[in-house]
Amino acid sequence: MAGPLDAMRDTRREWSINRARLIACLIGILMLMAVLVYRYYSLQIIQHDAFLTQSDRNRIRVEVIPPTRGQIVDRKGRLLATNQPTYVVGVIAERATDLPSLLEDLQQRLALTEDELEAFREGIAQRRPFETVPIKVGLNEQAVATVAVDLHQLPGVVVEAQLTRHYPFADVLSHVLGYVGRISLEDLQALEADHYRGTLHTGKVGLEKRYESVLHGRPGYQHVETNAHGRLLRVLEKQPPQPGQDLRLHLDLDLQQIAAEALGTQRGAVVALDPLNGGVLAMVSNPSYDANLFVEGISYRAYATLRNSMDTPLLNRAVQGQYPPGSTVKPLLALGGLSRDFITTETTVRDPGWYRIPGDDRRYRDWTLRVRGGGHAERVDMRMAIAESCDTYYYDLAYRMGIDTMADVLEPFGLGRPTGVDTTAEQGGILPSTRWKREAMGEAWFPGETLSAGIGQGYMLATPMQLAQATMVLANRGTSFVPSIVHRVGDMTVGGVPREPLKMHEEDWRAVIEGMVDVVHGQRGTAASISKGITYQMAGKTGTSQVIGIAQDAIYEEEKVSERNRNHGLFIAFAPETKPRIVVVVLAENGGGSSAATPVARRVIDAWLNELSDV
Amino acid sequence: MSEYARYLDDSQRSFARPRTLAQWLHLDLVLLLPLCLIMVLGLFVLFSASDGDWSTVSRQLRNFVVGWGVLLVVAQVRIDTIQRWSPALYFFALGLLLMVLMFGVGAKGAQRWLSLGIIRFQPSEVMKVAMPLAVAYWVVRYGLPPRLGVTVVSLLIIGLPAVVIGLQPDLGTALLVAASGVSVIFMAGISWWQIMAGMLTALAALWPAWLFILRDYQKQRILTLFDPEADKLGAGWNIIQSKTAIGSGGWSGKGWLQGTQSHLDFLPESQTDFIIAVLAEEWGFRGVLCLLALYGLVVARGFWISLTAQSTYGRLLASAITLTFCVYVVVNMGMVAGLLPVVGVPLPFVSFGGTAIVTLMLGFGILTAISTEKRIISQ
Repeated sequence: MAGPLDAMRDTRREWSINRARLIACLIGILMLMAVLVYRYYSLQIIQHDAFLTQSDRNRIRVEVIPPTRGQIVDRKGRLLATNQPTYVVGVIAERATDLPSLLEDLQQRLALTEDELEAFREGIAQRRPFETVPIKVGLNEQAVATVAVDLHQLPGVVVEAQLTRHYPFADVLSHVLGYVGRISLEDLQALEADHYRGTLHTGKVGLEKRYESVLHGRPGYQHVETNAHGRLLRVLEKQPPQPGQDLRLHLDLDLQQIAAEALGTQRGAVVALDPLNGGVLAMVSNPSYDANLFVEGISYRAYATLRNSMDTPLLNRAVQGQYPPGSTVKPLLALGGLSRDFITTETTVRDPGWYRIPGDDRRYRDWTLRVRGGGHAERVDMRMAIAESCDTYYYDLAYRMGIDTMADVLEPFGLGRPTGVDTTAEQGGILPSTRWKREAMGEAWFPGETLSAGIGQGYMLATPMQLAQATMVLANRGTSFVPSIVHRVGDMTVGGVPREPLKMHEEDWRAVIEGMVDVVHGQRGTAASISKGITYQMAGKTGTSQVIGIAQDAIYEEEKVSERNRNHGLFIAFAPETKPRIVVVVLAENGGGSSAATPVARRVIDAWLNELSDV
Repeated sequence: MSEYARYLDDSQRSFARPRTLAQWLHLDLVLLLPLCLIMVLGLFVLFSASDGDWSTVSRQLRNFVVGWGVLLVVAQVRIDTIQRWSPALYFFALGLLLMVLMFGVGAKGAQRWLSLGIIRFQPSEVMKVAMPLAVAYWVVRYGLPPRLGVTVVSLLIIGLPAVVIGLQPDLGTALLVAASGVSVIFMAGISWWQIMAGMLTALAALWPAWLFILRDYQKQRILTLFDPEADKLGAGWNIIQSKTAIGSGGWSGKGWLQGTQSHLDFLPESQTDFIIAVLAEEWGFRGVLCLLALYGLVVARGFWISLTAQSTYGRLLASAITLTFCVYVVVNMGMVAGLLPVVGVPLPFVSFGGTAIVTLMLGFGILTAISTEKRIISQ
């Protein structure tokens, strides 16, 4: 076994070589050991605190428990906006055996769009290990079933439930409730970020936005211990969320549906108020849209369709639609004339069917001119002027009052500024005056324009809600309230804020209201057609407002005017006359005349007084 | 039996007759007792690392039993017998390695296993044992210190299997195998200038390879090997988590079975390569020091055996085995603590895994054989 040099082997020298090398090794090893010990010392003693924090952060996660959004119910407790469980399907890539084929499978089961797949791929690329990446959100129980039943055959797929806003009566209530939508960057700047951690939605318009702060609630927190896969093991500490408060509305779902049904396909709006507290009993704007579409994000195409539609379904006509009030301002002007002594209840005006400003040749026509000519009567008094809506009478009154006095007397009824009803984007209409025209248009006021204003035409604009508020003042003979949709927030009553009362002589109120009763119940009343079979006294006033200007001496002929240029029909009413329990305003956009509006009001008031009212 | 024993007659031999069971079984208790303690400690750590899984612990216990069996058998073999069979064992192992390359069984993207009916094993492990034997055989054959030609051939003996293992690819084992061979040459006393020249040559060879041969993605992978924390979710994840586990243990640890990093699955490979992190987290810095002390005892005894071995071959072998053991410990603890690149090196007698235990026990069998042979003669 010995090698070629075995004979010359110097064992002693070999031993000393080995010994020297062993010592070298020993030194080397001791140095390495020292480095190791220092490394562990550094990690475990010097940096201990940092790593302990790190390990706690690893295992302990602060989870936000988003609050449950408050629900919205009508005056009888029926759910109008609620939270429905929906499902999210997600994928944990680490658990999936074959991701591409799993994706194909899911695409078939869930009908995934290219956008959803793209978002998912992005999520997969940026995930933490074992993180769930959502692939489809907002599924209902039936849709999620296509995945849920085979979950055991789909390793890596998880299904999570979450609450999503749902509006069961979106067909008639979208304009009232508004909707929630995904929180946008813009929203985030306005919201308190701390309160919205873990929350995906916020109110965008309507009540949902106006009452966001109370509907939302406060999030809770829990410290949970999780493993590396993100699985929750136990809850260490918990602070429960404060759920959002429920809203109870003045609104009556049945009345809302009846109003919408009565309006039918007619574009327009219906506002019904409770004159006792200003509560909104119904608020319909037609056409409407489905608020549920907005909750999980409406597709661009669907939104463009809604937005570009000529019928402007996204416009809440009740508070955003501004229309010339037409003859519905006449009772208000009459009261103003009485209070400022321009007229008495006995004052009469000669009515040949037209009016001429002294010293001017131009004729201002009464509406009867195109129907029968010759005016309402030889002489017309205030009561008749209201009942039959005599324009001549009001041309005269307006001429004598002047535009600025008119503005002064109409202002207490709430024209010219938003009512303050609790919704969003309310418009304030226009109450013209010389000052207004100078500021808005930079022009002087012309006397002829005063006459247009006398019959609610020209520059004067009002929303149906403003007219309803003004009608409430009439109904209550001076007292009124800021209209409010919400009655109670949680246990607290809100709204019912009284407005400055309008002080008038009792006989003045009576005279004007008698005229308004004649509108419906009088033989020649402009709304006499709806009085058939009526069991209570209704006071009202019709209005027809022009969309296009009619040339001097030309006659408005409905058949010749295109549909979009037809007159708007208006009707304001309250009932019963002596002790009013409901105020109604109906606007029939391009309805041709007030006859498109009056039956709607009758139907709504009938329903309220005979069937629905809880008084 | 070595040189002196041959001249002893029967009566003198009776002096060398073992007086205790340990001596009779050729067991060096000073070496094996700390080893036993490490194993017991290892079982406790493994029990925790496996989340209290008795089947893992009992399988490891079985590995230990097999290991001890191997050690007992090897301890009885005379050193000159081992010396005689060294070349054969080396070529046998080399043959197996080449077979793995051709028809090995894959696992986790690397071909390391050879399936022989019921037994599946890694020939690279056989090479771990055969390498120091063969290199020692070769250098001893021509006397110490080795001349340049002998050194060059030794490097070939080392390089060939190391490259084959590296091709599997199993960088960690390749390095360990090479280290066990190089440590023999070092012990044999090659001159320091040769060592310097060798290192410079290696650098000179690697530099152009880095510049011209490696593609960018390959460079990236090598860089990641040295700076794993740059890749936070991939290779870096393991190191970040293991450092967190070690660091959060502090001086006294979180307590046995109380480690959050390991029990909540944050720590990867917690039963095998990264098991030291479990120990560090649950037993703290003092636990690490205890384990290091035990390893230190084993290493110290190994060097003592080397120092007092009767033959040059035995001395070289003893120091090579001890050094290799050292490399295991340092590389494993260094890589888990983020000091060294992550290569698959288990922590001796603590990490779960049968092959490594059997290989190590084979080495320690040789060590105890060297140790007891000397004693038998000297007494």
